[in-house]
Amino acid sequence: MEERNSFVREVAEKKYEYGFTTDVQTDIIEKGLSEDIVRLISKKKEEPEWLLDFRLKAYRYWLTQEAPTWGHLKMPHIDYQDISYYADPTKSKGKKQGEKEIDPELMKTFDKLGIPLEERMALAGTAVDAVMDSVSVKTTFREKLSEKGIIFCSISEAVREHPDIVREYLGSVVPYRDNFFAALNSAVFSDGSFVYIPKGVRCPMELSTYFRINARGTGQFERTLIVCDDDAYVSYLEGCTAPMRDENQLHAAIVEIVVKERAEVKYSTVQNWYPGDSEGRGGVLNLVTKRGHLRGANSRLSWTQVETGSAITWKYPSCILSGDGSQAEFYSVAVTNNYQQADTGTKMIHIGRNTRSTIISKGISAGKSQNAYRGLVRVAPTADGARNYSSCDSLLLGSNCGAHTFPYMDVQCETAVVEHEATTSKISEDQLFYCNQRGISTEEAVSLIVNGYAKEVINKLPMEFAVEAQKLLGVSLEGSVG
Amino acid sequence: MRQYIDFYHEVKETIARRSCDEMNACREAALHTFSSQGFPSQKVERYRYAQVEADFSPNYGIALTPLAAKLPPHCFRIAEAESRVRAIYNKVADKDDSIVALNTMLCVDTLVVHVPRGVRVEHPIQISNILKGEQDTMVCRRILIVMDELAEASVIITDRAASQNHFLTNQVIEVVMGEGSHLSLYDVEETHLLCTRYSSVFVQQGRNSRLHHTCLTLFNGHTRNRLDVMLQGEGSEVTANGCVIADKMQRVDNNTLIDHQVPGCTSGELYKYVLDDNAVGAFAGKVLVRPGAQRTASNETNANLLATRTARMYAQPMLEIYADDVRCSHGSTVGQMDEAALFYMRQRGIDEQEARLLLKAAFITEVIETIPLESLRDRLRVLVDKRLRGELSKCEGCKLCK
Repeated sequence: MEERNSFVREVAEKKYEYGFTTDVQTDIIEKGLSEDIVRLISKKKEEPEWLLDFRLKAYRYWLTQEAPTWGHLKMPHIDYQDISYYADPTKSKGKKQGEKEIDPELMKTFDKLGIPLEERMALAGTAVDAVMDSVSVKTTFREKLSEKGIIFCSISEAVREHPDIVREYLGSVVPYRDNFFAALNSAVFSDGSFVYIPKGVRCPMELSTYFRINARGTGQFERTLIVCDDDAYVSYLEGCTAPMRDENQLHAAIVEIVVKERAEVKYSTVQNWYPGDSEGRGGVLNLVTKRGHLRGANSRLSWTQVETGSAITWKYPSCILSGDGSQAEFYSVAVTNNYQQADTGTKMIHIGRNTRSTIISKGISAGKSQNAYRGLVRVAPTADGARNYSSCDSLLLGSNCGAHTFPYMDVQCETAVVEHEATTSKISEDQLFYCNQRGISTEEAVSLIVNGYAKEVINKLPMEFAVEAQKLLGVSLEGSVG
Repeated sequence: MRQYIDFYHEVKETIARRSCDEMNACREAALHTFSSQGFPSQKVERYRYAQVEADFSPNYGIALTPLAAKLPPHCFRIAEAESRVRAIYNKVADKDDSIVALNTMLCVDTLVVHVPRGVRVEHPIQISNILKGEQDTMVCRRILIVMDELAEASVIITDRAASQNHFLTNQVIEVVMGEGSHLSLYDVEETHLLCTRYSSVFVQQGRNSRLHHTCLTLFNGHTRNRLDVMLQGEGSEVTANGCVIADKMQRVDNNTLIDHQVPGCTSGELYKYVLDDNAVGAFAGKVLVRPGAQRTASNETNANLLATRTARMYAQPMLEIYADDVRCSHGSTVGQMDEAALFYMRQRGIDEQEARLLLKAAFITEVIETIPLESLRDRLRVLVDKRLRGELSKCEGCKLCK
């Protein structure tokens, strides 16, 4: 027992690997939120009038809203006037806008994080859009992609260069009136990625965005918009890290995905924001609205998420299946340790005929954390032959944590079949005993079992990410075996 | 809401005179809860699927008569019960719930079922509630069941309506189960489309006690059944089952909470719904395992059959778990009849309507089969069959209907 405790202590005290800060010149606007700030952000980004209007409408709507409290979460009080809504690390003194040179410090940051920003990383075969604080730093492989007609750039650039597409789709999946945080994001969003895959094009490489919060006292409000035209395919990855701080940093993003006829989008997230220390101080508040609209017939959308970071994770990547025969998948592993809290899951809204959705959610709670799955499956009267299968499993490691399941089913169609099942348990003594008998130590056995447990989801990730996710699972969990 | 408060002020003295001290002592606090909270809106999680405001807004006459009938053994009017039993009144129910508060405010008498230590009541105790009146009436009904140590009993509560008026029933049942006691509690509703029923059942279970609760909604208008079971003694066990057959414009909402407060308790739930026409069904079942409630085993199953496009089902099985040595699971399905089974029967000369009926009956029978009381089981099988054939408009064998 003594020995096991020392192991526990050792791993539990393992530090968050990405907790460094980078000392780059950052242009941060003053704290607070007002119409002037919204105008200032828009001006700094040289945005057209219509976008400013959109922001102002969102801001005015936000003022009428109150922060929601229905999550199974203990939220710290967020003072929205004590956050700086724009921080630009690429802005160096004396240089004109538009001729941005990347600060070598910044390059080092992304190197440290293992993000291939240089084409020398071509072998990695991933095109990356790196976003630090409020600004997209660099997007790689753009030329190669544009040969095929694929647009992959930061959303601010897209607003300048492809205003028609952005204007058509921005806010069409997540309107600014959607919820409190969506309104906030719509008012102050700074940067994010924009992807457009033209008709019939199969994107030849994985597209990836790496988000990092660096500056103190700021929030990150990025906005991602993916439009996948008829018969196109894209696989998109998202990764995130932040420095260790004893304050709570707010991350309120929006991801919108439009999937047209027979198109397919795979969206994978490995979320590793700073989770706070072992006493529950600091950490990122990850309050994100992600939604995909399957507009075309026989379109497909797959969400895969590995959630290991953030002090609070509150998000429901959702799918609106309005195209006939469209298919949606949601695969999730959410790991919480120490004082982390997660209330995450998905929404599947079946509208089209013969639509299918699958939900596989695996929650792992350790330490004093709370981990909740909340999901909605709604079948409209028009969704003849709709089919849903949901499975939510929770694994408890330690007696002070919590695992909760709140599925909502709302079925209005006689030909629909909706199934939900959930189990909660700890690692079975039998399995441990079996491994021990064969000379596998308890710690190794636990890691083996947990990895096996999460395998169903991890397998869905692109390979590079799967390796990262597996490592993350290791770091986040092994410390809590006892 | 105002009408109920005004009415209360009007008849306060009459109620107090007809009632007893224990009940009167709770009224002012209940009035406060009710007037400060009002009727819960659909934003309140446990009332998501009920339309409380609309259900309570019609102008009902309110019945204020104490219990009059001659009561069988072990049953008492509250004023005649032992003082320690009387003291339990309103101690188990959720005092912050405004529907319960409304009942506490207006209820005149409480039926007490008290089974003393070690007594095994041979025959089931049947409480028949018959709604009959010249005008639309609201009824506040209160039952307190106290099972002393090692006591054993079966209680059947039936709800019927004998006249075609609008009725609104607000029923609160409190149950306290002592160490090692066994209770089977059946709640059968077969009223009519004009009846609205709010039933709140609160159970406290002691060590090694065992509760079998079955709630059957065979015919109704709007019904909301709430069941809260607090497992407070180690080794206690609860089985909470229910079935619903609904068609036309019926609404049925079952809302349960199984609260595992101590280690080593077991709970099982099985709820089945058959929904036809424009019926709306809702099931929200929460299993809460509190910190330290290790060795908990819990299983929850909810299966629903939609027979038409216009029927609607909300299902919400929930687990909230704060202990690690547990084995909890839930499953929920919404679907339609098995085409293969229908085909099999039609091949053998059973016409389609009959085949569908058989499948529905078989689906519901799974719940009926769990009832330990054989005579009730047989009776219910007949009732279910009649109900599915649409012949349950009148209750048979009841003098009042003839």
